[in-house]
Amino acid sequence: MSITLLVLIPLLPLIGFLINGIGFRHIPKGAVGLIGSLAALGSFAASVAVLLAFKESGSQPQVALLFDWISVGELNIPFSFQIDQLSLLMLMIITGVGSLIHIYSIGYMKHDLGFGKFFSFLNLFLFFMLLLVLGSNYLIMFIGWEGVGLCSYLLIGFWNKNTDFNNAARKAFIMNRIGDLGFLLGIFTIIHAFGSVEYTEVFRQATGLPVGDHVVFAITMLLFVGAMGKSAQIPLYTWLPDAMAGPTPVSALIHAATMVTAGIYMVIRSNVLYTLAPATLEIVAVVGAVTALFAASIGLLQNDIKKVLAYSTVSQLGYMFLGLGVMAYSASMFHVITHAFFKALLFLGAGSVIHAMSDEQDIRFMGGLRKKLPITFITFFIATWAIAGLPPFAGFFSKDEILAHAFEHNKLLWGIGVLGSAMTSFYMFRLLFLTFFGSFRGTQEQEHHLHESPASMTIPLVILAIFSAVGGFIGVPEALGGTHQLAEFMSPLFEAARQVNPEAFAATALTHSEEFRLMGISVVVALVAAIVAYVMYISRNAVPAPESETRTGLENVVYHKYYIDELYDTVFVKPIRTLSSLLASFGEFFIDLFVEGAGKLVKVLSNAGRQTQSGSIGYYVFAMVVGIMVILFWNLLLN
Amino acid sequence: MQHSEIPAIIQLIPLKSYLILSTALFVIGILGVLIRRNAIVIFMSVELMLNSVNLLLIAFSSYKSDPSAQVFVFFIMAVAAAEVAVGLAIIVMIYRNTRTIDIGFLNKLKG
Repeated sequence: MSITLLVLIPLLPLIGFLINGIGFRHIPKGAVGLIGSLAALGSFAASVAVLLAFKESGSQPQVALLFDWISVGELNIPFSFQIDQLSLLMLMIITGVGSLIHIYSIGYMKHDLGFGKFFSFLNLFLFFMLLLVLGSNYLIMFIGWEGVGLCSYLLIGFWNKNTDFNNAARKAFIMNRIGDLGFLLGIFTIIHAFGSVEYTEVFRQATGLPVGDHVVFAITMLLFVGAMGKSAQIPLYTWLPDAMAGPTPVSALIHAATMVTAGIYMVIRSNVLYTLAPATLEIVAVVGAVTALFAASIGLLQNDIKKVLAYSTVSQLGYMFLGLGVMAYSASMFHVITHAFFKALLFLGAGSVIHAMSDEQDIRFMGGLRKKLPITFITFFIATWAIAGLPPFAGFFSKDEILAHAFEHNKLLWGIGVLGSAMTSFYMFRLLFLTFFGSFRGTQEQEHHLHESPASMTIPLVILAIFSAVGGFIGVPEALGGTHQLAEFMSPLFEAARQVNPEAFAATALTHSEEFRLMGISVVVALVAAIVAYVMYISRNAVPAPESETRTGLENVVYHKYYIDELYDTVFVKPIRTLSSLLASFGEFFIDLFVEGAGKLVKVLSNAGRQTQSGSIGYYVFAMVVGIMVILFWNLLLN
Repeated sequence: MQHSEIPAIIQLIPLKSYLILSTALFVIGILGVLIRRNAIVIFMSVELMLNSVNLLLIAFSSYKSDPSAQVFVFFIMAVAAAEVAVGLAIIVMIYRNTRTIDIGFLNKLKG
């Protein structure tokens, strides 16, 4: 495999960013979209070529050294890329789904003034994400990690004339910084413990450690804090729903293909360390399961089409962490892949709806769109079916695999997962029914304006719909007569982890009939939830109550997202703000005292000095004589 | 010390007398500069101070039989002459412009 090809993968988006970023005032719109999308597509093509070369050369992990980067004392950190099963899978998702999102953006952002700026940011986002997954050590991952944080800030606050949007961008940025602190401390601990940040070296040394080693526990916990921030887990999830402020393709990119999956990627990448720390895994599993349920319950009552999807992302990420926590690493990766397809599709579909509705996002004012937007409707329907976990679409296989592993590990976690799954099915079908069925509830003007989106938007939708439908077949479990190609493919990644903890990787103890029963339960649960949604929103034609109506009890609490934002506001934001303003005024007082005091002192002294300059020569001479005498006497005294 | 080489005629007056005389001349010069308001007189007083120093230099030079100080004296005289030439020119110009050389009046360099 040639290094040139490998370098091209992140380089192309970077070049796209530079061209569009520097020249966005001069390059015509048509060219901007083309350059941006070609950069992504070229990167995708290079990724495919690397994948093929990788398979041809016997699927051996390879590290390609680009240059020596940092060497301080004993510590040597090269700048190199690592190609193995995991980075290849991530590359395919990022560049593949990313390219589709780029193409879609050509249509979606057509009328936006910041078209060129938007594409350059998208390319930059892609570049950092590719760096994140390609790096062969934690430090390069961290560069990418920070880079996507920056890009999410830029893109969420893309419409920066709106203060709310800017606040959302800042919230995302700051919440991520909290996580990043954990990640950074984790890296320092790794350096301290292993003297290297290179994956291969760290994992080689780690295999010599016993299970439950406390240093590894600390490292994995700190890394997990980073993952919580980036992948929006409790308690650092509130930025993600707010991130909806950005343009819809951005939401799709952040939620489906890039940033939020970085946490999952990082845990899978560090699977050896996590396998060595069962205590961390317990915490990961619990956090994941609770997040899955919690976010899903918030999703039940949201009325903003993108907010529903945002909470669904948080919830699905919870499933992925649940999978990681029960050591179903490849199942989580499977879910990352399928989720990338259907979540990108859902967001792009929502974008298509919003586009048609002239920027209306409230599903209470939609309805009956299926006839006006047939392609959007069909693709959205497929995505809903997939995310609800109904066979035979992609979400079914990955989610069930996670749930099966959870069942094996802990019945309670499984129960939470199934309950969350029911909620997912309910709110997704609620969204589908309210948006596409029934009669139109918007204004006349909007109704008149309704139209199917242009081809640049619908083609990505169709492609993603196909993947959402058939994507699950890369991981058909044995019980259903498959061979689970994905798990097979990823298996070498867990070689080291298998060495340190063979039992954890033992073949599943579940019999096929038990697996069938589990699948049956989750399918029935999802179906029942979908039917309930059908009864509520189609048979009875119910529409969620308007904003003004007072809600009571639990409904009110859920509707207001458990008041978590308000809680954070009172517990963290306000006290810190008060403290900092107090400190600021204190600081300013002292600094003013010092700075202005110095100024005033000079002024007073110079005023006094000015008095002596009378212009009288006699006086000057007298002063001179006195001065000389003083010096003479001084010398006399000293000697 | 080479007292033996000091000519007898010079030894008639002790060094101390020269010291006292030149100090007296110097102090008169200073007082003149400080007290008088006429620029010309101040100038003359400055000359007096310079000459008191010259006197001292010559006295020491003679008593130590070291002629180098006498070279300094010539330098001082030359510089003083040059200074007077410039200074007097300035004073004349001031007088032409202001019809006075009272230094109390000349306070244009006030800060």
